[in-house]
Amino acid sequence: MGRLQITWQHIRRSPYQALAAILVMLLTTFVACVFLMLAFGSEKILSYFESRPQVTAFLKDSTTKDQAGGIMQKLEETNKTASVKYISKEDALNIYKQQNKNDPLLLEMVSASILPASIEVSAKEIGDLNSLSDILKKETGVDEVVFQKDVVDTLVRWTTALRTIGVVFIAFLAAMATLVILTIIGMRISSRKEEIEIMRLVGASSWYIRWPFIFEGMFYGAMGAVFAWALSYGLLYYATPHLSIFLSGIGILPVSPILMLELLGVVLTGALLVGIFASTIALWRYLKN
Amino acid sequence: MIELKNVNKKFGSGQTALDNVSLEINDGEFVFVVGPTGSGKTTLIRLLIRELLPDSGKIIVDKEEITKKNYKKISALRRKTGVVFQDFKLLWERTLAENVALPLEVLGLPGKEIKNKVNQLLDKFKLSDLAQKFPVQISGGELQRVVIARAMIAEPKILLADEPTGNLDPKTSWEIVKLLSDINSSGTTVLMATHNADIVNSLGKRVIRLEHGKIIKDEKEGKYER
Repeated sequence: MGRLQITWQHIRRSPYQALAAILVMLLTTFVACVFLMLAFGSEKILSYFESRPQVTAFLKDSTTKDQAGGIMQKLEETNKTASVKYISKEDALNIYKQQNKNDPLLLEMVSASILPASIEVSAKEIGDLNSLSDILKKETGVDEVVFQKDVVDTLVRWTTALRTIGVVFIAFLAAMATLVILTIIGMRISSRKEEIEIMRLVGASSWYIRWPFIFEGMFYGAMGAVFAWALSYGLLYYATPHLSIFLSGIGILPVSPILMLELLGVVLTGALLVGIFASTIALWRYLKN
Repeated sequence: MIELKNVNKKFGSGQTALDNVSLEINDGEFVFVVGPTGSGKTTLIRLLIRELLPDSGKIIVDKEEITKKNYKKISALRRKTGVVFQDFKLLWERTLAENVALPLEVLGLPGKEIKNKVNQLLDKFKLSDLAQKFPVQISGGELQRVVIARAMIAEPKILLADEPTGNLDPKTSWEIVKLLSDINSSGTTVLMATHNADIVNSLGKRVIRLEHGKIIKDEKEGKYER
């Protein structure tokens, strides 16, 4: 019987233990998939906001285009701007139409008159944003100043928190999966003490005895990772039309299959490492000689 | 060749298993090791496959000192030393053919080659009809033949048999001894630990007698003395 056949025999003879190991690996890798997708998504959203004009001044309806030009000139005279752009009500409507082209209901409800004209200002240095913002706030023609830096800062805080929570959560689940696989493989080794002894007596090398247990750990890792990835891909696929409404313009949805294959590669590698690590500890602990 | 030089072995309980044992067994010899229960016969066999280490002394098997602390070739030693264990040490969940195949599997031979060799040997040992049976389904004599087949499948240079006729009736015991004798005739060194006086006396082979771990007698064409 080859090493893989022995591994398969171990798994087949105790299906409930195998199922427990696969389920705990599935949970761990599913959470890893979700957090990795969230981390990737939030990173993209952050980059999107960082590349957008950092200050947007929404103008009052009474502000004319000439008055807006005056404001823009003042801003340019500071020499701190990378670009200053006037967005008229019609431009705003066009942008809105472009963003919601797939949703006729939203398009019907909006006309140019209800959208404000605005000035989008991009600073050369992040540090200049405050002074540019101050200039805009003093202008009577300006209704509201949206400071993108605040949005970015909040996003950075969220992204950092998300990563920390993700790392802690995944580490906790990986430790739990390691312990479960370690215990299951430890039980297998204990219940096969006699068989292992006989194999040794007829000349089996240590690695001949070890490999089936290591393969078993890898099998649990791989099965859990593949199922978890398929589950998370399925959920993402299902949620894509709903998420697209919120994330239009950012360009991350639909997620490319290549990116999802990369995700599979990452979680599969991680899960295999957990399986190998757990079975190695079990072998070290239960099969010292 | 097997060589023991001043080998001593005591167990944790303080019982002396071997006491300053020195002996030489040449290639192709057939040697009986006799003596009462607890005289050290099984310990001698376990030392020869490095299942145990002596407290002092040297053991050399096939020109290699197997008692060195850093000896790394334990699996290789066990592959060239077939053992017929007193308690069979069969895998009860595997068929007889699978049990016999075990030493070849651990060698990593291809499945087809293993199958051919196992079929040939089972045929030679008149076990072909029982190949797919499990150990619980066959008699003691048949079990013993299976264990000898497993010990011989990898064509070892040395065969160690620990009381292979222990629980067998006289007729079956003679069949087993005949089998071991044939194996020896083909060039394999055979060391057989036994209590069976009739067999020892009839074969006229070298007899080493152990008592309380000491070699009391070592005769070329010895007899079993009670």
